[in-house]
Amino acid sequence: MDTFLQQIINGLTLGSLYAIVALGYTMVYGIIQLINFAHGEVVMFGAMITLSVISAAAGSGLPPAAMILMGVAVAIPACMALGYLLERAAYRPLRKAPRLAPLITAIGMSIVLQQIALMIWSRNILSFPQILPVTLYEVAGASVSSLQIIIIGLCLVMMTGLAWIVYGSRLGTAMRATAENPEIARLMGVDVDRVIAMTFIIGAGLAAVAGLMVGIYYGLAHYTMGATLGLKAFSAAVLGGIGNIPGAMVGGILLGLVEALGAGYIGELTDLCGYSTLNFLFQSRCADGGNLVLFGSNYQDVFAFVVLILVLVFRPSGLLGERVADRA
Amino acid sequence: MLAVLNLKVSYGGITAVKGVSFAIEQGETVAFIGTNGAGKTSMLKALARVLNEGTQGSIKLRGEEIIAMPPHHLIRNGLALVPEGRGVFARLSVAENLAMGAYIRNDRQEIAADLGRVYELLPQLRERHRQLAGTLSGGEQQMLALGRALMARPQLLLLDEPSMGLAPLMVNKVFETIRTVAASGVTIVLVEQNAKLALQTARRGYVMESGCITLAGSSSALLADPRVRKAYLGE
Repeated sequence: MDTFLQQIINGLTLGSLYAIVALGYTMVYGIIQLINFAHGEVVMFGAMITLSVISAAAGSGLPPAAMILMGVAVAIPACMALGYLLERAAYRPLRKAPRLAPLITAIGMSIVLQQIALMIWSRNILSFPQILPVTLYEVAGASVSSLQIIIIGLCLVMMTGLAWIVYGSRLGTAMRATAENPEIARLMGVDVDRVIAMTFIIGAGLAAVAGLMVGIYYGLAHYTMGATLGLKAFSAAVLGGIGNIPGAMVGGILLGLVEALGAGYIGELTDLCGYSTLNFLFQSRCADGGNLVLFGSNYQDVFAFVVLILVLVFRPSGLLGERVADRA
Repeated sequence: MLAVLNLKVSYGGITAVKGVSFAIEQGETVAFIGTNGAGKTSMLKALARVLNEGTQGSIKLRGEEIIAMPPHHLIRNGLALVPEGRGVFARLSVAENLAMGAYIRNDRQEIAADLGRVYELLPQLRERHRQLAGTLSGGEQQMLALGRALMARPQLLLLDEPSMGLAPLMVNKVFETIRTVAASGVTIVLVEQNAKLALQTARRGYVMESGCITLAGSSSALLADPRVRKAYLGE
């Protein structure tokens, strides 16, 4: 099997999911300079709600696509309502407060949402009913599943749709205007509170679909799943330049690729038996094609944060970011 | 058009406007002159409800009290402000800035017609309509801010220091445009440090000093007044 191509495919799948979640972080940051740490929990709610709906419908004999659509039809509005509620109840009252206050509130909301999910869905790892028949296709020595194709395709469609909203619609122009200068936008007749609420709602809608896809892709859901995923998507947003929408897309996909390639090669690269100069040290272990691997693919999660640290040290404004100095 | 009664504006512990009253008739151009810190900009910001906390008194726009109106409703009532320092959206294109001016309107065909008129009035904007507003020169940004305000079809236009930071040639161009707009029937309140230019543009004017109106009269009377000549015209 071709590891490189295989990891590129896995990375693209993972990366497009990160990109969708990263968009939620970056849009909110762009408009009110808040890192909405509870965004990952919205993704988790999206997964959990879909799981509940699909589980409830699993025995009904409906076609799988119909069950998934039902899940989406419940999860998207529910997550949008959740996103709106977060903005309205937790962040709006603090809009004029020092920036640390809403940031800490966001961390608090993240914990609150996790605990609510714990009460509703228990502390167990829940498995998604395997309703979608997955077909594997062979492409030049690597395998692509139908699920991966659907995820990448759907993410591309959502990114295109979002780009159209942000760069082509009246609401999007108002969003960008508000992001740049809310006071002037208000002079133009923009209801700034409404535009900010819409930003949260759109981000939460994307998060709902991302949650659903993550849940089905891994076949699992857990009340803490939003935390790691959220942090990685946040890293992706920082990589692309926080506040920058194309940046979140590029950052998400790059991060997915880095993570997949990292996981694919770290074992090989840290196999001490692979370095002939060191061979004499570990002769007993390395004999007969043995190996001595320092880090395995379970270190996958490390890459996102290594990337985050490197970006923060060497290019804090991110790949496509600009003018962070006057905003940070 | 506009009736202001005993308007007081305070923020950060300072009372910037200490009770001013005046009335503006439909179709006239009125200048407010005064030195830096006289309270002109604060007064204008209070009129446009950009400053809303610490504002007292009465502001009636065509008979309707607007002192407690949400700021984003003002433009629907025909009041537009071109803020000090222009306030164009630097990361939006020229065309998008103009579209934001017409944000409250839904009459597509009329908006397109008005866009044509603005481009006719300010041809340099047409040439640069795809450019980001942040890449324009100061004078072009001032023109854009003016054009953007016109896209809302305001009845009352508040202009805050339109000459600020512009080269003399550009200042003349901006004021020429202001006169054209005034001639089309828009009521204009012009706040300006360049007293001579402001009074040459307006029909009448007010002089503000430390938060109060200290002199009022026709432009010709103010231009001839020895106090104005000494304090603001440098003679």
